[in-house]
Amino acid sequence: MRAATPRPWWRRPHVVGPVLAVVAVLLAVSMVRTLTGTEALTGSGVVGATLRLAVPIGLAGLSGLWSERAGVANLGIEGMMIIGTVCGAWAGYAYGVWAGVLAGVVGGVLAGLLHAVVTVTFGVDQVVCGVAVNILAVGVARFLCVVAFNGLPGAGATQSPPVRGTIGTISLPVLAGGWGTPDLLGRLEQTHWFLLSDAGGILRGFLHDVSWFTVVAVALVLGSVLVLWHTAFGLRLRAAGEHPAAADSLGVPVQRMRYWAVLVSGGLAGLAGSYLVTVASNVYREGQTGGRGFIGLAAMIFGNWRPAGTVGGALLFGYADALQLRQSTAVHVLILLAAVLLWMAAIVGLRRRPRLSGVMALLGMTAFAVFQTTDAVPTQLVYATPYLATLLVLVTTAQRLRMPAYVGVPYRRGGA
Amino acid sequence: MRPARTPGWGVASTLAAPALALLIALTVSTAVLAAVGASPSRTYLTMLEFGVRPDSLVSAVNRSAIYFFAGLAVAVSFRMNLFNIGVEGQYRFAALLAAAAGTSFDLPGPLHLAVVCLVAVLAGALWAGIAAVLKTWRGVSEVLSTLLLNYVATAVIAFLLAEVFAAGSATGSTPELPPSARLPELDGLLALLGVSLPAGAHLGGAVLGAVVLGVAVHLLLTRTLYGYDLRMSGLNPAAAHAHGIDPRRMIIITMLVSGGLAGLAGLPDLLGNTYRYGVDFPSGAGFTGIAVALLGRNSPLGIALSALLFGFLERSALILDIEGIPKEIVTIMQGVIVISVVVAHELARRMDRRRTARLVREGAPATPTAPATPAGPAA
Repeated sequence: MRAATPRPWWRRPHVVGPVLAVVAVLLAVSMVRTLTGTEALTGSGVVGATLRLAVPIGLAGLSGLWSERAGVANLGIEGMMIIGTVCGAWAGYAYGVWAGVLAGVVGGVLAGLLHAVVTVTFGVDQVVCGVAVNILAVGVARFLCVVAFNGLPGAGATQSPPVRGTIGTISLPVLAGGWGTPDLLGRLEQTHWFLLSDAGGILRGFLHDVSWFTVVAVALVLGSVLVLWHTAFGLRLRAAGEHPAAADSLGVPVQRMRYWAVLVSGGLAGLAGSYLVTVASNVYREGQTGGRGFIGLAAMIFGNWRPAGTVGGALLFGYADALQLRQSTAVHVLILLAAVLLWMAAIVGLRRRPRLSGVMALLGMTAFAVFQTTDAVPTQLVYATPYLATLLVLVTTAQRLRMPAYVGVPYRRGGA
Repeated sequence: MRPARTPGWGVASTLAAPALALLIALTVSTAVLAAVGASPSRTYLTMLEFGVRPDSLVSAVNRSAIYFFAGLAVAVSFRMNLFNIGVEGQYRFAALLAAAAGTSFDLPGPLHLAVVCLVAVLAGALWAGIAAVLKTWRGVSEVLSTLLLNYVATAVIAFLLAEVFAAGSATGSTPELPPSARLPELDGLLALLGVSLPAGAHLGGAVLGAVVLGVAVHLLLTRTLYGYDLRMSGLNPAAAHAHGIDPRRMIIITMLVSGGLAGLAGLPDLLGNTYRYGVDFPSGAGFTGIAVALLGRNSPLGIALSALLFGFLERSALILDIEGIPKEIVTIMQGVIVISVVVAHELARRMDRRRTARLVREGAPATPTAPATPAGPAA
């Protein structure tokens, strides 16, 4: 018998699965778009908005990834984002937009430091501390807002003055029309061909008018992959989350690794917050984060505590949000899309999980019936789309995930 | 294993942690006030002076009833290591349905009130039940699901208000509740005790309900089989399971109880203040409830005390804006209190443990006594 040669990377299951899933979703979306004539579904406008809305969610997810990979559950991401927004808006108003970005990171790191001291040094329950950080952050932001912005032009009791300057955008030349070159993908999108135009529109959305901030965020994702999975530091950090006692016995400074992880986590959350006040809008408003920190955590869980999956989850939730904001009528079509996807999943799982497949087919049928019998989703309910999408995804993925083994367990030498 | 205690030590360590937390909170807020150029001593004196006025005290007590219900709801789930962070959505959803139910039929006096309360409890339990089912059926973390359901609740409430319960109303709120569905005021009770209230201040009937419910929940947790199962599941899930306690059943029941209690948190405002549910219905009590439960160590008495403290802080902060000091300093104080109390308790627990280890080393007989601090995620 021949020794098994390792499969090439493109045939490994963790690559093949997602690629097949993406192709299947693309097929379904394209089908639904052609059938209903809802061009917005794969239009570069909506996809561009998806990217813009996915950045804070993705950064929040990355923040959670860093922290949880080292074994510290971070439910305070929302609070760290809030601190990021208020610090970002203050420095952005006083010193310009990039200073705002930096100040957001600093604010987030400080909030992360608090979480690290309480959970790592004092060993307090991590979920409790995260919740407490959120409560404190709301108070701090409210206080800072009143103290820092009171009486400034354009500011109110719960709002900051506008940030000075904007962050520029970039388009890829030739394909998406950057620097006066032709916009090939744009032309492809206009033809409305089945599948081809959909792919074109989606690609163009990712390449046309992309904020420099987004470029930074993508670089941070790649950087995180590099650091966490391809350096000794990353290995030690993940060891602190998988088995701290074993790591400790091999000389890994578990507590220090956890400190680093939570500080980076705070910085990323603060960056996500500063994105909201520099790119998504240009002011701080109370309640601006709108649960994005938690949606980011859900994106991380959806991504099975891996960067690529986290980005996928962020894009998914960003898409639900974008459709909701840009064309609320298209949310109705999402019900049909859900029906088609449920049927596809039912067919795929028919052999291995026949009962689950039956349930899925039935749910798909219900969704289809709802789509047929209603004309539109009420505007008030459209607002809930990203949150419902998050819940739905958690429901479908929660059971086959594997989180770092020691998330949420405080570590003390000698087990005391 | 619980550390041994000598009599008196338990009480001291139980009280030491909140006292230390309050001290830290005072230090931090003093520093913050000084940093923004306000006089800390003047701030505290102004707050105290305003806060202890009779009408302020009554208002603080009324407010604390809301926080008490919300805190109790959070605490019941915390005692089992379940994190019901969705009290906010649960109580607002419940208040809307209670307001709608109260105006849709007529019943004589107390019966009407009872039915409205029952609707609130059921609605709160229903909303929390979604998270319970998601957890037991698909293993979705209740922390995330209850949180996300808060936002869904906002959307559902907006939809129900606009399209069903307040459709065509100019104010955008449900019709006013009839007097039979309102909570009575307890001014007469106070007069019996020889306390007379200043004009315009009324002690809400919810306060009495809070006292009764607090005792009931205490008995439920300490004197019933369910309470035993709940505490055991929280202290040691593996042992509880081996003991024959079905974790799924406990999760469902506990989330329903927690949601039901959460449903009550909207009632003091709905039945004693606004009498209608509209877009401007007071919100935020659900999150304050988490802080109150953490500070109160998940025990009804502790929650009552911390609810009173939060009510007092919020009421006495109202004077600050007139004095030109940002009243938001109180929200910082509350946040610092919560963080420092969990840290202080962890430190006290470690000290206890070290003391036990020393006693064991010295050969003193370890006498097992009842735990002075209730177990929970913060323990």
